[in-house]
Amino acid sequence: MFLTLSPLIGRRVISSLAAFAFVLMALLSPVHAQQNPGEVNLYSYRQAFLMKPLLSSFTRQTGIKVNAVYAKNGILERLKAEGSNSPADAVLSSDVGRLSDLANAGLLQKVRSAVLEANIPPQYRHPDGLWFGLTTRARVIYAHKTRVKEGEITSYEDLALPRFKGRICSRSGKHPYNITLLASIITAKGEAAAADWARGVKANLARRPQGNDRSQVKAIWQGECDVALGNTYYMGNMATNDKKPEQKKWAASVRIIFPNQKTNATGGSQDRGTHVNASGGAVTTSSKNRENAIRLLEFLSGKEAQAIYAEQNFEYPVKPGVRWHTLVASWGSFRADDHNLNQIAAQRSLAAKIMDRVEFDH
Amino acid sequence: MVTRPASPVMGLSLKPGKKLRLRFDIWNLGTIVIAVLASVPIVTVIAMAVIPNAAVGDIWRHLISTVLFNYTVTTLGLMLGVGAGTLVIGTGTAWLVTMCRFPGRRIFEWALLLPMAVPAYVIAYIYTDTLEYSGPVQSILRSWFGWSSGADYWFPEIRSLSGAVAMMTLVLYPYVYLLSRVAFLEQSVCALEAGRTLGRGPWRNFFQVALPLARPAIVIGVTLVLMETLNDFGTVDYFAVSTFTAGIFDVWLNMNSPSGAAGLASVLLMFVLVLIILERHARRGQRFHHTTGTYKALPGHRLSRGRGVMASMACALPVLLGFVLPGAVLVKYALIHYQLTLDAEYAIYTLNSLTLSVLAAVVAVTIGAFMAYGLRLSGTPVMKALTRVASLGYAVPGAVLAIGVMIPTAWLDNLVDGVMTETFGISTGLLLSGTIVALVIAYVVRFLALSLGTVEASLAKITPNMDGAARTLGHGPFSVFKRIHLPIMRGSILTAGILVFVDCMKELPMTVILRPFNFHTLATFVHEYASDELLAEASLAALTIVAAGILPVIILSLTITRSRPGYYFIAEAKP
Repeated sequence: MFLTLSPLIGRRVISSLAAFAFVLMALLSPVHAQQNPGEVNLYSYRQAFLMKPLLSSFTRQTGIKVNAVYAKNGILERLKAEGSNSPADAVLSSDVGRLSDLANAGLLQKVRSAVLEANIPPQYRHPDGLWFGLTTRARVIYAHKTRVKEGEITSYEDLALPRFKGRICSRSGKHPYNITLLASIITAKGEAAAADWARGVKANLARRPQGNDRSQVKAIWQGECDVALGNTYYMGNMATNDKKPEQKKWAASVRIIFPNQKTNATGGSQDRGTHVNASGGAVTTSSKNRENAIRLLEFLSGKEAQAIYAEQNFEYPVKPGVRWHTLVASWGSFRADDHNLNQIAAQRSLAAKIMDRVEFDH
Repeated sequence: MVTRPASPVMGLSLKPGKKLRLRFDIWNLGTIVIAVLASVPIVTVIAMAVIPNAAVGDIWRHLISTVLFNYTVTTLGLMLGVGAGTLVIGTGTAWLVTMCRFPGRRIFEWALLLPMAVPAYVIAYIYTDTLEYSGPVQSILRSWFGWSSGADYWFPEIRSLSGAVAMMTLVLYPYVYLLSRVAFLEQSVCALEAGRTLGRGPWRNFFQVALPLARPAIVIGVTLVLMETLNDFGTVDYFAVSTFTAGIFDVWLNMNSPSGAAGLASVLLMFVLVLIILERHARRGQRFHHTTGTYKALPGHRLSRGRGVMASMACALPVLLGFVLPGAVLVKYALIHYQLTLDAEYAIYTLNSLTLSVLAAVVAVTIGAFMAYGLRLSGTPVMKALTRVASLGYAVPGAVLAIGVMIPTAWLDNLVDGVMTETFGISTGLLLSGTIVALVIAYVVRFLALSLGTVEASLAKITPNMDGAARTLGHGPFSVFKRIHLPIMRGSILTAGILVFVDCMKELPMTVILRPFNFHTLATFVHEYASDELLAEASLAALTIVAAGILPVIILSLTITRSRPGYYFIAEAKP
């Protein structure tokens, strides 16, 4: 083709371009990542900047090199298409939903490991060892310190009450965090109640859903609204942001409320607890470096890695006894919704449809 | 040598010589083979949608009873807004800088192309930061007028459908500008002068003579813009505008149904196809060829001072909003946050981006030019249909197209591996999947519309008369090709290459999904932060993407000016 067309641009230009291209290609083509005793190949839904410190610490300790591809979507399809020849050994995800999709597609293999089972409490791992939770984060209520009175809001259900009309900000109802929260409400109270709740929250919104959890806090600080939903670690990131000190002001304007904490000490019925999602990891069916993949998961559930998760990203470590970040600890402890995460994840598709039905984002 | 009467459009089909026939058949065959190969990913997406699946029917019922209407209306609104916006800005500014003389015209000639280098999601982020409630603009307004909250005044919501229209118009109008400018430059002044002689004023001349003459090129420009609008996910996701594309991702990821998503994507494709067919139908029978070879210097209407200033402002505004302002904000961020980008393997990311973009541009242009020429030689209906399908990749959201590329390449890899293992006992593993080659294939499939369209537009300008004259003077088809067609096409080939290059530099979703291990480009690096609303941290890399687009864009502009037939003749004739 080059020959036939070369006169088009001038033989010299095209041949030098082609030469440049092929030399670079040869230089950059990755050595095929396959079976290698000193390596482990990772597909990660979790962002690179979160994982890098952990992975380099793993390599320092074990000498095992980690090759990674980071992608927010498409990993399931890639594993499926590549089949048994896939070079991937392990998968990391910021959301149990993704892991359970992978498990349902038959892309994960069972792992038995005394270390993993000792480090991770049973509610945070798959019963057959198909995936393992590594950190948890609570989806809490951010409320303005003065405009929202103490005790004015104590549960997710309160968000749908008429007294919050025009006072709530939210990110897209279709964001996985909100979808999984709605899935947890479906699990606890059924489809009809969950739909009513979503409709109620929608009716109370101060503005069309937009931005991420951070922008909701910013909006509260600016007075656009009083209440929002958000994941705990966003608060940590903002409150300690030395590079962008204005975010500290945003964070300082709100307090964190762990919803649905009512206990039966006062005689009432015990509430289900705050919705918690987990990030986690798994070993793929196609894994050629299975031992290394398990070692990676074991490392990530170990004391040192769990402490890094807690310190750098303000997440809750799954391993009991690992210290929380001081700031995170200052928000106090809470009771987590103890419905099985696997069960909640199964309701996500329904949750997405409910969000459509109530036209949450329109 | 026997000659048959020339068919009116396909200048070269009049040569029945045996040897040449063979070559043409190779060209024919080659075009079909390439078109079929390039269609594979799109066909894969459609196949995913059609393969029967109980859950998909359920999802369709759900979509139809809830959000589908909304998606459609929003998408149409977005297309209408961006289409009209880019058409007006693109053709208007192109006409001004081509035909009129006013202060700053020479700078605007190339500067008007600059916004093309800014990724849409970057500009969306920057404007949101600036214009939202807590941004500097509204804060200043509040402190000036003493407003205390949003209830005291009205301000346009940037994260909205009209916000998305504005953002996309600002970075996409250069496509229309570029193609219509080329068209205006290629027009003979004689047609315009005839118009004037017949009593038309400059405005009517523009609307009744110049625009219809440039219509094929303008249409290609607007079509490219609309396809780009349809495939955008970054902006609509950030603004939470529920377009079809947003729906595709929702069905795919939240309802865990790739086939449902492929179904929506296929509907989107139908939509684009219908659009293209309708336009061609409306244009049927009209074919504009300049019948005169008289090219003299463009008139260069000198505008009066007042009008000149207005023209300057009209050209300055899109450049200011689409390039200078976002660029300045990026520079401001980069001065504070450069360290983070430098700490990363910034040089390698840059090299990766450049390599991929150059490779993809060379391949896409080669294939695009080959196909465009093949179509001109013998545009059988089958071939035409195939090339249309092959260039639909531009309208598919990148992540969906990535799946369409991934499935067949992995299938081929596994097939080869199976055969090799069985016959030789050697497992070859995945040869293409997860390599740069797979990425380049994906880019080419995605951006083929750009190169094909651009070259096609310029081929349409070559009149049968030119071929006829050359042939009468005893030149064979290849001589005609080399001495007539090539010099005319040179400019648009470079244009095509640069368009693909700049787009590849910005490409994100396919790169993320298909890339090899430990592989980052500038775009993936920027998006890693921008997607978490931390663009400032990666601003240096974002600035690099923009900067890498500037030089090619300037070269492009110079080439276009010179591409005007008779440019050298006129230039030499000047004292």
